Amino acid sequence: MSGPATDPRAPAAGTTPPKRRGIEAALLGFAVLITVVAQCIVDLTITGALRAEMAGFSAWITALWVVAHLVIRKWAPYADPLLLPAVALLVGLGLAVIHRLDLAAEQVESTVTREDAPVQLIWATLGVALFVAVLVTVRDHRTLSRYAYTLALAGLALLALPALLPASLSEVNGAKIWIRVAGFSIQPGEFAKICLVIFFAAYLVDKRDVLALASRRVAGIELPRGRDLGPVLVAWVLSILVLVFERDLGSSLLLFGIFVVMLYIATERSSWLLIGVALFAGGALIAYQIFGHVRARVDTWLNPFAYQDGAGYQLVQSLFGLGTGGLFGAGLGGGRPDQVPVAKSDFIASAVGEELGLFGLVAVIIVYLILVERGLRTSLVVRDAFGKLLAAGLAFAVAWQVFVVLGGVTGLLPLTGLTTPFLAYGGSSLVANFVLVALLVRISDAARRPATPQAGPPQRLGDAPTEVVQQ
Amino acid sequence: MNAPLRRVAISVLVLFTLLIVNVNYIQVVRSDELRNNTSNTRVLAAQYDRERGAIVVDGTAVAESVPTDGRLKYLRQYPQGELYAAVTGYHSLIYNNSRIEHTENDLLSGSDGRLALRRLADLFTGRDPAGGDVVLTLDPAVQEAAMAGLEGVTGAVVALDPSSGAILGMASTPSYDPTRLSSHDPAAIREYWEQLEAADPDPRLNRAIDDNYPPGSLFKVIVSAAALQNGLTPETVVPAPKEFPLPNSTRVIPNYNGSSCSPSGEQPLIDALTISCNTAFAQLGIDLGEDRIREMAEAFGLDGETFEIPLLVQASGIGEVEDDAALAQTAIGQRDVRMTPLQAALVAATVANDGVQMKPYLIDQVQAPDLTVIDSTSPEEWREPISADIADQLTEMMVSVVANGSGRAARIQGVEVAGKTGTAQVSQDVADHNWFMGFAPADDPKIAVAVFVANGGGTGGDVSAPIAGDVMQAYLDGLGD
Repeated sequence: MSGPATDPRAPAAGTTPPKRRGIEAALLGFAVLITVVAQCIVDLTITGALRAEMAGFSAWITALWVVAHLVIRKWAPYADPLLLPAVALLVGLGLAVIHRLDLAAEQVESTVTREDAPVQLIWATLGVALFVAVLVTVRDHRTLSRYAYTLALAGLALLALPALLPASLSEVNGAKIWIRVAGFSIQPGEFAKICLVIFFAAYLVDKRDVLALASRRVAGIELPRGRDLGPVLVAWVLSILVLVFERDLGSSLLLFGIFVVMLYIATERSSWLLIGVALFAGGALIAYQIFGHVRARVDTWLNPFAYQDGAGYQLVQSLFGLGTGGLFGAGLGGGRPDQVPVAKSDFIASAVGEELGLFGLVAVIIVYLILVERGLRTSLVVRDAFGKLLAAGLAFAVAWQVFVVLGGVTGLLPLTGLTTPFLAYGGSSLVANFVLVALLVRISDAARRPATPQAGPPQRLGDAPTEVVQQ
Repeated sequence: MNAPLRRVAISVLVLFTLLIVNVNYIQVVRSDELRNNTSNTRVLAAQYDRERGAIVVDGTAVAESVPTDGRLKYLRQYPQGELYAAVTGYHSLIYNNSRIEHTENDLLSGSDGRLALRRLADLFTGRDPAGGDVVLTLDPAVQEAAMAGLEGVTGAVVALDPSSGAILGMASTPSYDPTRLSSHDPAAIREYWEQLEAADPDPRLNRAIDDNYPPGSLFKVIVSAAALQNGLTPETVVPAPKEFPLPNSTRVIPNYNGSSCSPSGEQPLIDALTISCNTAFAQLGIDLGEDRIREMAEAFGLDGETFEIPLLVQASGIGEVEDDAALAQTAIGQRDVRMTPLQAALVAATVANDGVQMKPYLIDQVQAPDLTVIDSTSPEEWREPISADIADQLTEMMVSVVANGSGRAARIQGVEVAGKTGTAQVSQDVADHNWFMGFAPADDPKIAVAVFVANGGGTGGDVSAPIAGDVMQAYLDGLGD
């Protein structure tokens, strides 16, 4: 279904769509401004003076986005102009909040004083480097479908690794989702997510016609044939295994949700959604009955104040922070977000809500919404089925993850161990999400690119794949 | 695939709308509730940004906020150190508030509804918002005498104005310096807190109200009240043997030091109270029966209920009484009888006030930052366990205790004092608790007092009575001016 003669990425012939790189540059400038101003406000409020490293920090951040922008200009000139600025804004805000929490730890003379913001900046730099690498090496997203099964294997291996490792190397706060080597903690699940989304997209494009076959109608819903239930059952078992062996409700919910939604998009059959929800509900119910930790999570979620000195402590502190923040927040540096445990990573949203208020937190949610909807829009516009599914899967992955994390922090859903993309402290999450956005940028470039052969003939693409796998 | 894609896009919109609605619910609808939750220490930190009201005793601030140059604009200080700690409590960055700092927090911090109009005015005039002041009923002379008397021992003193219920003194030792818990240096606060936490006995306890103790012979006043209520008079002769055999037991109740109360084995009720004769009251308890004693104890407030002054006061009561042996021990204030020192002072004050118990209170009035009075406490009759007549007879008997009996050490030059001593056994290897409760002058009571010394190692008469005498004298001297 592909080939130079009928390039599926080509929009309506004849017109050259605007590249909109100017808009992207302007928005990036705005994001840099917010990033730098936020850092200054934090320093001025807490220490009363700007720190000497501020100039270096500003230059570094500016350089980071200038490089990313130039790479997009060169290698993905028709890319969606909102994706990168949204990421830049979130990363910048995250850096400010993490720096703010670093200072808070010094303030109350906590015993675990650590400078996390500079480390996060290094991770962001690494993330941009990978972003660039993906854009430069993956010139056409369709090449990725050739490595679907390799990626699936890699994804499963990454997912299973922490479960197989001894707890001393993989367990943090009860969840076995880490690999801890030489002082570094890696959450392989974040990378597994991307590998598996690519695999799902390739697999579903291949099998969508079969999976869309209906066998009979029950109560107005066309149900698929029994033998086609295989893939969804495999995905379900996989996520249950993650839940059982890694005690990670978040990744389990994330993977299964992404798969079911991609299945629905590929087949256009809403019965898959119902089957997915039913399977998940059944699994959740059984997990609740069998596993004490799942039950404890749910009980804590339903009534956090009853456990406020124990399991509910985090959530209650988070709610206190949000409630105290109110409409306008305490201002950066004005609140006490350090009272929430792991505020830099899992609970960074409550720090944002406390210091920037309802307005700040809703703004962050809307930036995520923009990122996701631009991704979904890319999916709508791109012509090839694989690109469509891949973009939709990646965008939905971000949406679902943000929903589950923010829902957990605000008491809407049980708490999960997932991180807030781009905002939260954590190298694996940040770097992996940069790769995710790089893929979205790549597909969005294909979606809006006019039908000219400048993208390079497909045969050239065969040169690149070995480099692709390296990431 | 575009139709389901659009639906997914809309679903994402719905999910994010859910998030936004939920965040609105938490940050707007539940904001006040979460902000004011007592476990939320954030607001406390914010309170350091405005001038917190003072806690005032006799025109002098015993807790006040002074401006600083630091990030937290005001520093809470307690100029008298340990003297008022049991009442004021602390205002800590890390450990929240306690005592009056806790119960009156809304007013002190300025968020109380009674200050709402003023806050609105502050908004328009640009005046810095500030909290209101709390004026306590305490009398500095009484408080100082109480703390001086308790120096070196573990115990508590409570003094009341019998006619109003106003608390004139409330001291507990060992004490601590609340200023050190209210500093802006978290490491220093933690260090001091850990030091207090490790200390035994705990200096943070207010023994006047936080805990109840066996009152020993103090309880004989209540048994006497029940006896008088049931037709006896102070002159009624009651059996007072050398030993009282406990029913259905081989054990006996002896008198203090194994002495005999009277050579004849019987004596008038007034003499039995004067020398605190155990055997006489054990028999009297059994003769009166559990119901009458329980009824009288509850009427005086030993009813197993906590109350607020506004600090929370632990319950006092006589517990379960299983049999006559238990009843005999109950009648001499042992077994499961428990009283807070405040309750003991309240019993003395009730006798002093013609049988009418006034509700005890610590807060005289509260003031806006400009010192206008926005609320004040009016005395309130609470209970009336005995008639004025019986109160007079009890007073006569308690005067005899101080004049001729176990409470001689509480005597004041030129003033008639009424009182009762108590020496309560705790256990075999621990020294007895020493009590005294009383009031003065006996004919026109101005002050009622209870003194409790934990494991004092002597008798109520020689350990606690002198402290009570000094406290009452300090107050009466002040009235003379």
